[in-house]
Amino acid sequence: MRTDRIGGSPNRVGGIGRVTGSQQYVADIRLQDVLEVKLVTLDCARARIISIDTSVAEQVPGVRLVMTAADLPQPVPRFGPQLSDRPVIAVGEMKYHGEPVAAVAAETKDAAEEAARLVKVEYEELPAIFSVAAALDPEAVLVQDPALRAGDPRATTNVFREHRFGWGDVAAASADLVIENVYTFPMVTHFAIEPHGFMAAPDGDGIACWSSIQHPYLLQKMLAKILGLPLARVRVFAPDPGGGFGGKQNPKLEPLVAFMALRTGRPVRLILTLEETFQAVRRTSAEVRVRTGFRSDGTLAFQDIAADYLAGAYVDIADRVVSKGSYPACGPYRVPDARIVARSILSHTPPSTAFRGFGNPQVNWAVESNLDEGALALGIDRLEIRLRNLARPGEDFIPGDTPADGDWGQTVRRAAELIRWGSPLPEGRGRGIAVGIKSGPTTGLSYSTVRLLADGSVLVYAGTSDMGQGARTVYAQIAAEELGAPLAWVTVVMGDTFSVPYDQQTSASRSTVLMGNAVLRACRAIQDQVRTMAARLYGSDESAIVVERGVVRLPDREHAILEVLKPGLGPLGGELIGNGEMRKDPEPDHPLGGRPAFFEFNCTAIEAEVDRETGDVVLVRHVTVSDVGRALNPLQVTMQDEGAAIQGLGHTLMEHYTFDERGRIRNLGAIDYRIPTSMDLPLEMQSAIVENADGPGPYGSKGMSEGALLCVAPAVAAAVRDATGVAIRDLPLTPERVWRALRDRSTS
Amino acid sequence: MSEMIQTVLIELTVNGRRRALDVAVNHTLLDVLRDDLELTGTKECCLVGECGACTVSLDGRIVDSCLVLAVEADRAQVTTVEGLAVDGHVSPLQQAFLDKGAVQCGFCIPGQLVAAHALLAENPHPTVPEIQEGLAGNLCRCGCYQQITEAVLATAEEAAR
Repeated sequence: MRTDRIGGSPNRVGGIGRVTGSQQYVADIRLQDVLEVKLVTLDCARARIISIDTSVAEQVPGVRLVMTAADLPQPVPRFGPQLSDRPVIAVGEMKYHGEPVAAVAAETKDAAEEAARLVKVEYEELPAIFSVAAALDPEAVLVQDPALRAGDPRATTNVFREHRFGWGDVAAASADLVIENVYTFPMVTHFAIEPHGFMAAPDGDGIACWSSIQHPYLLQKMLAKILGLPLARVRVFAPDPGGGFGGKQNPKLEPLVAFMALRTGRPVRLILTLEETFQAVRRTSAEVRVRTGFRSDGTLAFQDIAADYLAGAYVDIADRVVSKGSYPACGPYRVPDARIVARSILSHTPPSTAFRGFGNPQVNWAVESNLDEGALALGIDRLEIRLRNLARPGEDFIPGDTPADGDWGQTVRRAAELIRWGSPLPEGRGRGIAVGIKSGPTTGLSYSTVRLLADGSVLVYAGTSDMGQGARTVYAQIAAEELGAPLAWVTVVMGDTFSVPYDQQTSASRSTVLMGNAVLRACRAIQDQVRTMAARLYGSDESAIVVERGVVRLPDREHAILEVLKPGLGPLGGELIGNGEMRKDPEPDHPLGGRPAFFEFNCTAIEAEVDRETGDVVLVRHVTVSDVGRALNPLQVTMQDEGAAIQGLGHTLMEHYTFDERGRIRNLGAIDYRIPTSMDLPLEMQSAIVENADGPGPYGSKGMSEGALLCVAPAVAAAVRDATGVAIRDLPLTPERVWRALRDRSTS
Repeated sequence: MSEMIQTVLIELTVNGRRRALDVAVNHTLLDVLRDDLELTGTKECCLVGECGACTVSLDGRIVDSCLVLAVEADRAQVTTVEGLAVDGHVSPLQQAFLDKGAVQCGFCIPGQLVAAHALLAENPHPTVPEIQEGLAGNLCRCGCYQQITEAVLATAEEAAR
């Protein structure tokens, strides 16, 4: 079915620009008289900066500015979404491989690059911390200046925060079987194909900033604070990012380019290389110890989880990743007693930030894998043990949190059916199944304005960043549905904080639910005005008129909205304007500051074959089923679901940073860091959905863009184990690691 | 030093239009397309010939334009994503990318399209493995590989009718 309306899959709004090359990403926008910026970095993980000599660099023709910390307001401003700990540029100490210590602005890229090489930095390389064990060593140096969190007793350790969640009494809990294991999750990076890009320019007595950013309004706030400007003098342009995946949520180098623009009085432009992007964002790696208690019938007795997440040199949003990701660590199950201790640990590595799944895939990998261990030890089918423990709809499975908001058993059974669970397999093959859960947004605030123009066409203003998830298309579908306009008559305006009303952020798969509801409410506000018009035009009582889904229903007749709009507006024309607001207020007593608006729930099932000679894992079949509430655009849902699944295959099978003994990342860039290509796909991949219209979004929808990534790793590892009998507890499952595990088993 | 960077006059035909320009000897075809000719449809990502975002057709051959010096493109015929549409209408392949849902963020799509056009020119009836192998040098982090393959297949089937 291909219709414009809800539940149809019209072509992507904005798609034409994407296939013709006319879509402008940040790096494609040409500002008049722009200066090109190049960063100066040091080839080590940590260093004391003794002096920076810019004199030679400044002699390069075309160089207009070489900026160091000394050129900034003192003390150098710091910023960050959780703690203002990141300086605009390195001050005194460079704390991770790739942290800029100076920046050059020049008339050409060539001049900027040449001058950047000529900036002479005298420095002393210092020992760096880049593992959990090293960070926790009592003798370890402190990554962060304790003054940045004065009064915090942990400020004299590398533990940024420790979160303790749970219920019941794990210490007193008994079980028939206890299984304990440690699982590790690698350090991986987003690798959006668009490297991060930033521009800034003086704008009257304010500043304009362009960034491929998911949170333009957060950037506006941060720039206003750092520069001492009112919000109304900080204009952020946020062109559609070329992939975000969480890596483009929070401000990074925008404050630096803003200061450079103000200092030179010129527009400046900094487009990172892919290598620099690898050094700017990554996922939080983790070591997770899980102790699971089982009853002999397979029901869970307790979960005792200790998760250490390795954050970077600056907190960014990493500690929120840790708390929010670990809070539902026990999974979608009924667990009588639970203890979760999760720590965010600082290190001399690039700042770890949000990344699709937001801290959940790390603990999910451990907890789901450990559940399989229990099933195998008890002789219970791995599907059955999940169904037996799964929370029922409405069940308060995390006490005090949002109750189970879907028929999750339905999702799991569907995945089992699609993978033909229980049917015979050829020799050498195995199956695995796993479930994943993630809390949706815990707070939110989205405003939308919708304008119904005189000819019946529609402008929708929404501050979401459309980074590929297709928000623009969904909002256009909602407006088309509610106002009766063809999709081709709806334009969605995004990406400019001066013309589009406030949106908190584009994250946590929130935008269909939160901004979607704001758009819906704005459309309903217009429908109210149309009802008033109709009452006036037809002499009818307003209470007897219903306006819905593009139609005006009077007691004796029906009209399309447009038929009422034209006479209703009268000879001067004009338009109707509707505003919508969707708010999810904080709940201060909740450990996360609010209950999630919904859960993302996914079941992934894998059939795999392992090449015993090479350790290569061949995925024969990959099934993902997500509970999406209602698919407003089924094709886009499939694309997001498959995309998440394929991204999950990256950290499962191939992706990880490698460090040398000094803490330098040795596989920066596309040659040595491999992500899934068209050749790495499962032989068959199937994405299916469960729709019960039980979500809080428009028409019963839920967020769904991360679910299919959550439990790829445990499902694949389970299939490998089923095929070979070997359990591997470290990711990724590279051929070398699988081959070694097979060899060790055969020699032991 | 920058002043001393040597330039060379080259002539090339880009999307059917003849262009003559002075290019720095150290600049790549990608630099010239994006910065000098302002054809920004061709994207810059890895700069080491691994991601395929900068794929263009050079005398009918698919290249990573980040690995070709501009001077090497002297007298060449270059086709970029901007040259795929015909008379203001998107090509059947471009349309198929939209219809099959092969486009999410879109950043890799220009390279995918140019590579897929060339693949079809060389092999009008590709199998799924041939498409996957032919486009293996074009990374898509959004993970649209299945839809891209479907779009190429559908275009081939449509052309065969």
